[in-house]
Amino acid sequence: MSTSTLTAASRLLGRPRFLDRLDLPRRLVTAAAGSMVLIVTLMLGFVAWNGIQIFLTPGSNAGSVFSTAWQPLANPASFGLLPFVTGTLAVTMLAVAISTPLSVGLALFLAEVAPVWARAVVQPALEIFVGIPSVVYGWLGITILVPWLRENFSGVGFTVGFSWLAGSLVLTVMILPTITSIAYDAFRAVPGDLRAASLALGTTRWQTIRHVLLPASAAGVLTAVILGMTRAAGEALAVQMVIGNRPTMPTGLTQPLSTLTSQITLDMGNTVAGEPWNQALWTMSLVLLLIAVGFVLLVRWLNGRRQTF
Amino acid sequence: MTKSHSTLSALTLTAAASLLLAACSGGAGASGSASGSSSGSAAAGGVTCASGSITAVGSTALQPLIEQAAKQYQDACSGATVNVQGGGSGTGLSQVLSGGANIGNSDIFAEEKLKPADATQLVDHKVVKQGWVMVVNPSVTGVTNLTKDQATQIWTGKITNWKDVGGSDAPIVLVIRPESSGTRATFKKLILGGATEASGKALTEDSNGAVTKAVESTPGATSIIGFAYFQQNKQSLTGLQLDGVEATVKNMADGSYKLAAFGHMYTKGQPSGVAKAFLDYMLSDPIQKTLVPKLFYAPVQPGS
Amino acid sequence: MRRVLVADRVATATLWAIALAALLLLAAMIVHLVWAAVGTLSASFVLGDPEFLGLGGVGPVLWNSFYMLFLTALITVPAGIAAGIYMAEYAAEGRLTSAIRFAQEAISSIPSIVVGLFGLVAFVNLTGWGFSALAGSLALSVFNLPLMARLTEQALRAVPADERYASLALGSTKWQMIRHVVVPLAIPGIVTGIILTAGRIFGEAAALLFTAGLTTPSNYHFENLNVLDPKSPWSPFRPATTLAVYIWKVQSEGLGSSVKQIADGASALLLLCVLGFNVGARMISRVLVYRITRA
Repeated sequence: MSTSTLTAASRLLGRPRFLDRLDLPRRLVTAAAGSMVLIVTLMLGFVAWNGIQIFLTPGSNAGSVFSTAWQPLANPASFGLLPFVTGTLAVTMLAVAISTPLSVGLALFLAEVAPVWARAVVQPALEIFVGIPSVVYGWLGITILVPWLRENFSGVGFTVGFSWLAGSLVLTVMILPTITSIAYDAFRAVPGDLRAASLALGTTRWQTIRHVLLPASAAGVLTAVILGMTRAAGEALAVQMVIGNRPTMPTGLTQPLSTLTSQITLDMGNTVAGEPWNQALWTMSLVLLLIAVGFVLLVRWLNGRRQTF
Repeated sequence: MTKSHSTLSALTLTAAASLLLAACSGGAGASGSASGSSSGSAAAGGVTCASGSITAVGSTALQPLIEQAAKQYQDACSGATVNVQGGGSGTGLSQVLSGGANIGNSDIFAEEKLKPADATQLVDHKVVKQGWVMVVNPSVTGVTNLTKDQATQIWTGKITNWKDVGGSDAPIVLVIRPESSGTRATFKKLILGGATEASGKALTEDSNGAVTKAVESTPGATSIIGFAYFQQNKQSLTGLQLDGVEATVKNMADGSYKLAAFGHMYTKGQPSGVAKAFLDYMLSDPIQKTLVPKLFYAPVQPGS
Repeated sequence: MRRVLVADRVATATLWAIALAALLLLAAMIVHLVWAAVGTLSASFVLGDPEFLGLGGVGPVLWNSFYMLFLTALITVPAGIAAGIYMAEYAAEGRLTSAIRFAQEAISSIPSIVVGLFGLVAFVNLTGWGFSALAGSLALSVFNLPLMARLTEQALRAVPADERYASLALGSTKWQMIRHVVVPLAIPGIVTGIILTAGRIFGEAAALLFTAGLTTPSNYHFENLNVLDPKSPWSPFRPATTLAVYIWKVQSEGLGSSVKQIADGASALLLLCVLGFNVGARMISRVLVYRITRA
């Protein structure tokens, strides 16, 4: 078929050729995917713009943002964010420290140990864990966990129950499915040959897990942990209900503290747009956003390393 | 052909599922419209109706009252829509100032939150008088009354054990509102005389519900909550007198109980249309004489 | 050698114990929540109107949850599937693709409270809609779009390459192949994805506090089909408290002697809905897989 016949045929058909060249479907799906870039850009720009306002407003005592004193009504007012940043990190890190061994263990169980029937039970259960709304976790935390801590452990300092540990325990359960499912994917991505080779050398299953599987999937497991951290750091309502929201630097496991998200939920509705106090809350949102983006970059860097491995 | 057939049946299945859901919720509507008419009776007579839609945003403490009033008003005036939102006094004042809401509900005077230039743009409508009770966990015995001075010493952290105010030997646990809260600002102004609370030693909870939960479950805890919330939790909380005056609606109305303040509804400039009609309705008998006492508020004009 | 075997036994037992503990914890939570609500969960509670100072029901807020779910799906299902198609079929290594991937991951990790605040300014104030179902749905869409895109991408990638080659070999264009071969085969995965993300939407509260509002609705007239009338339950331009937000609200400022009962009942109901979505997703995907593989 010569080109001229083709041209003639397409002239006969007319519009399809034009449509084909336009490739509308391709443009549409690209636009849909590109809209996510737009959303992130807008959100970053918008939160950043509001977040830096306190530094642009004269007389807002913006320097105090880097202090540990949160005294918005004092004279001069002080908007130290350190208590909340530290609180967020403290609650998150402890939750991850408790949740990681459990989640990785659960993922190992699913990937290496579980018979088919057990996997068929545990996997849907994990999905239900994910699906339990955070307000429900908070409700359970305040009605069961907080009184339990106080009634059984007041001797070691849980005099009120609302505490760092309470917040971390609630988060531990909330991020368990996140870490588990991503770690599980990482274990499954390890080629079966590696296992077979190891087992053929006469090692036990546990030796294979420790010396072959875990090293080979380390980057993936770390990704799982970081994504769990991200979820923990951003959780608002469930944490706010059990940590007691004391706006000072954390003083101990048994004591109340405050996080970025909890302080935002407490104060945002009661402050007026444009005042330094409200601007400080936006700065907190910006910090939260930067933490999230930082974690994402970390994960990308890790995955980049994994691919080269 | 078979491929597109299976796509089709997939869609049918999803559609069937959503229909099922719709059918379930449709049931909600049926029973909703059947039972809805009962609450309208209170709004009979003397209601000026205007048509249109307004939004009232702000104080969560005032929300139950205004929400119910809005419901009654809409039942009486089918052409009007009054949306009542929480969000906090600050949100209410910001939103009414920016035009995002027609009415801003606030626990405190606009002058205490806004810049003077902004505050003068708003018109204050005091619709109710609300009171708060100092409450303690029932494990604390022997305390039934606090003077203003004792309360100040407790809240500023100078007194840390109930035995120092005549009660049983138990450490005091303060449950405090966030600093931005209107309730805390009112308490600070009326009782503490502006002194700074010992917030570094306190639990912070931001709503009547959360405060109640914390006080009733924590031995030695104390806080302040709205009258209505105290009334519904009387079994699990002990209410204290203030300077020997019992926290009752009557004592609040005649001014002898001091821990009380006006509930405000602000408009930007003078109200008109539905906003005006609804604000008038807030001050009318069905609200001031029936609904207000029912929620343990005091009417704003004792005479009316 | 013996010590190695003991270590293996101990490790295996530990892993079993962890799995068992997780299951027990989940079961305990579910039983506790449902048990607390046993006396409350009745037809009149699930379908009835909230009642001033009384127990009432959660019918309208339950309706709102489903309605917002529907609105969100209306936005995110087409957009998410399209984005997923791009990621699976068109994305070439390049700046655009890596920007999109980064955006996708970033949105998934942005705290929902921040999305809510963004929604307050962008969808509530700038648009002039006020607190509304639409503003809330847009905020929910922000989360759901990347999730939907990822699930679609996974489902599309799972379609065997042979099917693609067969289609291309028959002379179909790339788009024809996607439309008539790849997407239909991926439908079970996509549908499962839609239903599973529905659970997340259903339970979200923090992002809705400042966007969809905290009004407790009642007196819904379902015969009012005018979507521009703020009184119509079908209107996207009205405030819409969802079940999850309602739980939050009742706990914070709920009045009346039944507050705890309402919170318990609503929590259990929410949990049962999420359970229902999970079971539903599994059943539907099984049916679809069966039908498609048989066809």
